[in-house]
Amino acid sequence: MKLSDLTRRRAEWLRGTAPMGHVVISSRARLARNLAGMPFLSRCSPEQLSEIAERLRRTLGKVGLPGETFYADVEAADPLDRQLLVERHLISRQQADAKGPRGVAVASGEAVAVMVNEEDHLRVQVLRAGLQLDSCYAELRRLDALLEGHLTFAFSSRFGYLTACPTNVGTGLRVSVMLHLSALKMTGEIEKALRAARDMHLAVRGLHGEGTEPTGDLFQVSNQVTLGKSEVEIISEFRDQIVPGIIEYERRAREALLKNRRIALQDRISRAGAVLRSARLISSEETMFLLSQLRLGLSLELVDGIGLETINELSLMVQPAHLQRLTGREMSPAERGEARADLVRKRLSAGGKAGSGNGGG
Amino acid sequence: MAYKCDKCGQEATVHLTEIVQGEKHEKHLCEDCAVSEGVTIKTQVPISQILEELVLQSAAGGELARLSCDVCGLTFLEFRQQGLLGCPNDYKAFEKVLVPLLERAHEGASFHTGNIPANADEDERTQARLLRLRSQLKEAVEHEDYERAANLRDQIKELEGS
Repeated sequence: MKLSDLTRRRAEWLRGTAPMGHVVISSRARLARNLAGMPFLSRCSPEQLSEIAERLRRTLGKVGLPGETFYADVEAADPLDRQLLVERHLISRQQADAKGPRGVAVASGEAVAVMVNEEDHLRVQVLRAGLQLDSCYAELRRLDALLEGHLTFAFSSRFGYLTACPTNVGTGLRVSVMLHLSALKMTGEIEKALRAARDMHLAVRGLHGEGTEPTGDLFQVSNQVTLGKSEVEIISEFRDQIVPGIIEYERRAREALLKNRRIALQDRISRAGAVLRSARLISSEETMFLLSQLRLGLSLELVDGIGLETINELSLMVQPAHLQRLTGREMSPAERGEARADLVRKRLSAGGKAGSGNGGG
Repeated sequence: MAYKCDKCGQEATVHLTEIVQGEKHEKHLCEDCAVSEGVTIKTQVPISQILEELVLQSAAGGELARLSCDVCGLTFLEFRQQGLLGCPNDYKAFEKVLVPLLERAHEGASFHTGNIPANADEDERTQARLLRLRSQLKEAVEHEDYERAANLRDQIKELEGS
């Protein structure tokens, strides 16, 4: 398939039911694995890099990944298509920008993505809508066993699964949630909440992971410790102690906003809807910011006539590569601003009024 | 304002703010007590920086700088620059410097206790199982759970005898 066709598809995983979806946009779990008897990528010769990429591509083609599966050769892909994969969370920005033979196998309605030759030979990830860490990990474990039937991974009894960067060694497991923390942002408590998260050995990053700034009040929180705890311990600690704490902070901030600043809040959300429905030029940052307000309005029942699905879809479609693939031409940032405003205006008027609110006020 | 360590009274360099049920609690610890408490907060410090500190702290800094892997040829200096290892054998070649690094990055841990590959050879599997039991034993002793500890000791003995 052509990668640009991805824009015509919805990410199936994002459409499913989303437990705790008012705060948790998505859950992700990933494993880092390397082939035994092979150097890590930074010490591979060009021939070895091709050998690994080819071997893993073949293996991924025959292990029986779930659902419709395709393999994208990231090295050969157009830069815009690489960016498209990043925007859909199927590859990391690092992998998009890297050099040499590399790729990604995508399966199960984009819920499964297996990156080849990123920082490690293999990075297997599972995505789910809302808070579904257990289900992410169960699927990941199944995939790991499937791959182990065909491959031998570098492993030591002391250090566990061996990875290029010592921060991933052991289980190789990184779990993360994408959180919508707009009320904490508004009440100015976000720093406090995130500092608490960092003190609990978590990494807090932006929408597209490492090295990106949070946009649209979306924060990715993930575990840091991969060694000395079992996979189940890592997941349960994250699920039971970390995530509920942050959700609770956000819930309280929302409650406080509703109680103390209801009209101001409603005003903001209504204005967000009004700007999105009438702007003629808009940047992706501003769009994400305003969509975030609508998302908040929706979860507080201050907005009607627009579905969460529309917001999710727009959040993806307004990203630069999606926008350019959708319109079928490469555009300058100014042209994108116009195309983006057109797209948002059309979707929101088709989807009904936003921000008119029946939540009482 | 200089804080003193809550535990030992030395100068505190680690400051923690915990928010428990909306109430703010502050903790001030010196580096050593922070480590023994399992608290290290600079988790986002780049590896290169941790390595630099380890080398500077270490009397054997010069020796570390000369380490290299005889399989992939990576030198310690290269590792320090790029923060990435070159091959699985580096975990052996650089073990001396990796263990303190891993302990910094993983809340004091340097032993794997998670899944073991189904196709790991029997010896490797036994070793891994022993390590896991030993780490559980340590935990049981720390929690004064002597019944569990005795049980774990039996399992270790059995596995070692086999």
